[in-house]
Parts: sequence; C-alpha cells; structure tokens
Amino acid sequence: MDFDLNESQSLLKDSLTKLLSARYGFEDRKRYMASAEGWSREVWAQYAELGLLGLPFSEDDGGFGGGAEETLLVAEQMGRHITLEPWFSTVVLGGGFLRHGAEASLRQELVPAVAGGEALISFAFQERQSRYDLHDVAATARRQGGGWVIEGRKGMVLHGDTADWHVVTARVAGSQRDRAGVGVFLVPAKAQGVNARGFRQVDGTRAAEVEFAGAAAHSCLAEDGMDLVDRVVDEAIAALAGEAVGAMDVVHTMTLDYMKTRTQFGKPIGTFQALQHRAADMLIQVEQARSMSYFAAMASQNADRLERRRDMHAVKVQLGRAARFVGQQSIQLHGGIAMTMEYAAGHYFKRLTVNEAAFGDTDHHLRALADAGGLVQAA
Amino acid sequence: MELRFSDAERAFRQEVRDFLAAELPAATREHMLRGKGPTKEMVVEWQRKLNAKGWATPEWPVEWGGPGWTPAQKYIFREELQMWPAPQPLAFNVNMCGPVVIEFGTEAQKKRFLPRMANLDDWWCQGFSEPGAGSDLAGLKTRAVRDGDHYVINGQKTWTTLAQHADWIFVLARTNPEAKKQEGISFFLVDMKTPGITVRPIVTIEGGHEVNEVFFDDVRVPAENLVGEENKGWDCAKFLLGNERFGQARVGASRERIRRLKTIARETYDNGRPLIEDPEFRRQMTEMEVELKALEMTVMRVIANETKRAGTGKPDPATSVLKIKGTEIQQGVSELLMKAAGPYAWVDGDPDAEGVNEWEVAPDWAFGLAGIYFNWRKQSIYGGSNEIQRNIMAKAFLGL
Repeated sequence: MDFDLNESQSLLKDSLTKLLSARYGFEDRKRYMASAEGWSREVWAQYAELGLLGLPFSEDDGGFGGGAEETLLVAEQMGRHITLEPWFSTVVLGGGFLRHGAEASLRQELVPAVAGGEALISFAFQERQSRYDLHDVAATARRQGGGWVIEGRKGMVLHGDTADWHVVTARVAGSQRDRAGVGVFLVPAKAQGVNARGFRQVDGTRAAEVEFAGAAAHSCLAEDGMDLVDRVVDEAIAALAGEAVGAMDVVHTMTLDYMKTRTQFGKPIGTFQALQHRAADMLIQVEQARSMSYFAAMASQNADRLERRRDMHAVKVQLGRAARFVGQQSIQLHGGIAMTMEYAAGHYFKRLTVNEAAFGDTDHHLRALADAGGLVQAA
Repeated sequence: MELRFSDAERAFRQEVRDFLAAELPAATREHMLRGKGPTKEMVVEWQRKLNAKGWATPEWPVEWGGPGWTPAQKYIFREELQMWPAPQPLAFNVNMCGPVVIEFGTEAQKKRFLPRMANLDDWWCQGFSEPGAGSDLAGLKTRAVRDGDHYVINGQKTWTTLAQHADWIFVLARTNPEAKKQEGISFFLVDMKTPGITVRPIVTIEGGHEVNEVFFDDVRVPAENLVGEENKGWDCAKFLLGNERFGQARVGASRERIRRLKTIARETYDNGRPLIEDPEFRRQMTEMEVELKALEMTVMRVIANETKRAGTGKPDPATSVLKIKGTEIQQGVSELLMKAAGPYAWVDGDPDAEGVNEWEVAPDWAFGLAGIYFNWRKQSIYGGSNEIQRNIMAKAFLGL
C-alpha cells in the first residue's frame, strides 16, 4: 500500500497547482463567473495545454493514459479552487461515456477534440420526475432511417449551455422506470431540434434546460445503457469525492486561519475550547473523507457492477456527511463574515452543498446501500 | 499510489487464518463470539502458543523476539485476531511495558523481564491513573522516596485493569515533588507480591470486575527496578502512550460485531417481520458500516505512512482520528446490538453461570448485550478521553 504520488503524478499536481494559484484567485473566479459564459475560455485552453483534458483517455485514442488516481488528483485541485470550467462534465462524464461506450472510430473522431479543448460535452439525464433515479427516463428515442431521433426534455444539465455535444439518456423500450431499455445517445448541440436555455446554479457553475424536439442523434452509445451509465457515474462519484476533499480542506484551513486572527474577549477565538473541539471534529471529517476518496478511486474501477455500486453508495454517504458538516461549521465558526458574498468561505459551502447532492444525496445513497445489504456480510 | 494489499500480504493473512484455525481452542472462540472478554486462562494459553510461533510480540525488534513484520503485517495480524475472534497478545506486556523496557531499560532489565513478558509468565498491569490524576495524568501524587538501594512507594492507583490477575505492575510515581509536574516523575517495575500492596476490586456498572484500585503502603522496590533515569519517567509515559497508533481503531473487532448484528437482526422480529427489513434499523446499521469503511482506509493511510517514514515524518493527523472514530463506532455498534435484542437485553448476569438461563428467559445470544453497551461507554473515556484527543488535535495539528 502506498498513498504517495509517483513522479509523473507529482509533476501533474505541481503544474496544476501553479496554474490555479496564478489564475484562480478568488477575484479571478468572480470575474470568470460574471462573464457571459460563466467560466474562462482562457483557463480552459491552459488546461488543454497542460494535458488535463486528454488525461484519462488511452494513448491510442490521443490521450495520456491517466487512471482513477490521476482524475482524483485533478478533481481535488479543482475543488481547492472551486473552478467553474466544464472539466467535470466534459472530461469525467463526457470522457467516461467516450471511453466506456464509444466505438474506436468515434473515439478517434472526438477524443483529440476533447483533449485539445475544442469539444465540450454535457451529460443530459435529469428529468422533472426522476430526482436521483437515473433509470427513470421519459424522454424517448426512436429509430428513423439508419439513425435515432430524440424527443424529450432534460433539466439541470451541467454546462449544457456551452456544450458542443450532449450525451442523452432516452428510452428505447420499456416503461418509464424500467432499468432495461434506457438508451444512451450522443447528440450534437447544433442539431436541429436541440434548444438549450442556460442559467447559473447556486454554486456558480452553469447549467441548462435542454429540449430535444425530434433531434437526430449522431450516434448511439448503447441501446440498453444503464450499465454504461452506472459505470460512468461511479467514476464521476469518485471525482466528486476528490473535489469535495479539496474544497473541504481549503475551507477548513481558512476557518483555522480566521480562528487564529479574530479576537474577541481579548483573545483569539481559536483559544476557546468549544471552538477548538469543533475544529477538531472538522479535521476528523476531512481526514475520513480523504481516506474515503482514495477508496472511491480504487472502487470505481471494479468491473463487478453490484459490488462497485455498493462501494460508491458508501462513498457518497461518507463524503456527503463530511461536506455538509465541514461546510456548515466553517460558516458557524467564522460567524457573520462568512455570510457575506465577498468572503470566500460561503462559496465553498455552496459548492460543497451542491456536491453533496450531485448524483444522489446522502439519504438517497444510504437507503440504496441499506437496501443492497450494506458492506459487511452477515456471519 | 497503490491502494491494495500486495500478494505477499494476502498470503500472510491466509497464514494467520490457518494458524488460528489450527491452534485457537474452539471454546475460546465460542466464548468470545458471545462478546465476552477471554478468561485469564484463555489469554495465557493462547499467548504461549503465539510465543512458540514467534508471534506474541509483533511490535518488538527482532533482537528481542519480534517477528520483524511490516506495519501492514502487524495490522493484518491484529485484524484477523479481532475478526476470528481470538485474544490479542496481552497489551500491558507486549504493547505497553515491553516497548518501554526495550527503549529505556538496562540490559539486565531486558534479559530479566522481556522473555517472561512475551511468554506471559508474568502478567503485567498499568499503574498510571490516580483518583486525582485522570486526564491530567502528570498531576499524579503517588510518591517514591529513595532509601538506600530501594525506593519506598506510597500512594494509590486506580482503574488498574486486570490487576487481580497481575504478577507485576509498572508504576509512575513522583520522585521530585519540587520540580515542574512532568519533571519529577519516575517509572518503576513493581512485583505485586511485595508487602504493602493491596488490590481492591471496582465493579463497573454492568457488574463486571475488570478494574481495581491498587494501594501502596510503604512498598519497598529495589532501585534496579527503576526504568530510565530518575525523574525522567514522563518520557517513558509519553513514549508508551504514543505507541498506540492504531490499536484503538479496532476495525476487525467492529466488523465482527456488525456481522453478528446482521445475524441477530435476521432472527429478531419487529412489527411482524425480521428486524433487518426495518428501514430505520437498517439505515442505522449501514451508517456504521460506512463509517467503518472510512476508518479502515484511514488506518491504511497511517500504516502506509509508517512504512514509508517509520517515525521520521511529522505526525500524521489521520492518527488522531483513529481513537475517536474507532471508539465511536464500537460504541455505536454495541448500542445497535442491544437495540436488536430488545427487552431480552435486560436479563442481568452470565448465561453460562449455573441456573441463570435455566428457564430460557432469553435467547442465549441476547445475554450480556446491554452489559457490553454499558461497559463500552469506557472506550471514549480511557486512553486519553475523546475530549483530550480533541485538545491534542487542536494543539498538534490545528495550531490553535
């Protein structure tokens, strides 16, 4: 066992840290958020230059052959700066569908564009009734000529307003809540019948309501695609874990710094035992979350779907609770200052809040894990 | 990053299991499966088997009979014993006093005491806490006064676990009352048969007798039984307390208890169906499993850190998580076990004692579950209470 980074991982971490420290200060972030697209094309180009956008793809496809550990590492840095660019939607989600669901010819067509920063991808799965059940799909796909036509509406599509491609779940067979018969399609954002209306989410990232009105798919990644969706989402959950750890670590440190400098009753508030113990409890949560994020990277690669799902439910439960506790307590220990828009802590809290519920909140995953029999086998 | 056990480590795990299967008396396992602490005879018999195999003192250097294991092997060994379950090598001997003697003792002390500790020829107990010195251990008042080639000890120790079995006790006593409190303490090895020692049992709330008061009334200890220098005993104490890096996590023990909980929850009915089908109960159980998985990974991180840096690196904040989370999980699982038994957890006494369950007043498995719950409240108090652990974290890791 070894949790240290190897040489190339250290290099990657160093160069990304350097880039983000230089380009992703709190004021920079505000500026990116206020821009028309809500994130920075310039920073995006630098991610591409650094190799981040092609990282998880195989070298044959034009990538750098990174694995779950590298994705975890990048995610943590993204979390440390609560970045706004579509890395998660394009590389982790979109890239995941390309790696696990696309034929070689499609990969060769798209991966170089993704790696170069020219192709942005979103994953359009959410529907008004589906909440956290990814198999609850009312949108439909029907064959037309040699291809597929998609009909339906998807909501809360992360970076759906700037995406060049949408990966869309649509029902090919069965009824709305059947696990079987959910197809996965790749649809160009410019295709006729695709309409996206963008908006900002509470954590500063962009999302869109995307309507598919008889839109022609470019390709079908799977006709019976829930195994594929699970596979990709489980990798995404591991990345979310890394992001949460990064954000928690920063906001915890920010809180400690404040406790050392803020003076009340004639001494730094960090000298009060009640607050010290709370800060210690935050550290426990951050460390347990970090441990679980390593587990997430490992478990997300398990080919056994049921085992992997159980493990990822556990990851979401642990990370969700930690994110909630650390986020809330960072506000509480700061006091009023953290309630203001101009102070960074609140922005981390908001990202952690969205992170907790992304692809299912703590309650959802706790119930799912309990229903699946838990992690420990009975005697 | 490599997050899995190696093939060699997995093979080692199997070797430990094979040894347990072949050598641990079935009666000991049965006894412990019911959640009961092993008897003195069980502990002694098992430790001698381990010692014959060379496995009784995992933490000791090879020179003094240690097996030369890596941190990962030590962890696997400990965890397998917990899951089987089997008694651990007696902590007072092999994890507490032994390492102190190895680090600070004279050659003569090492030769005299270590082999007998390893083979459990002598059962040791710990004379640290006093009525007025609990969390503030350095405030202890027991006095040791030099008199020729002896020290004369007077005072009282308390919470002395299993002193009723002990042949020897390691004692912190004040040799210089004038010095700053940490600087006037010495570390002594004392034969329990010395005149002037009285052991009085303390019965804890569940009715068990684990802990004792130990009184010292003009107890004459040969000066050769001082470990390290006079007035430097606090160094020994800190070393001893700092040695327990992942002992308190007890991941294997909690996993074994959760397995048992699941079995019980299948056989117990609530609202007309097996308790395990109750969503609320199941969620509470699952929460424990998730916490335990995270703790297991934290233990792995501490092990990996020890393997790489072997005490040279700065302390890992993950270490301080182990005691707090480990004890919270154990206490949480003990509460769920009691809850699962419902009213049948309330029968007082030992089902094996003559006549107690003659009328089958409760299923055998339900006996003692409330007792364990009551008893395990101690876990967040001993070994530096969980609040003291948070104070340590605030100072050592948070810079507050």
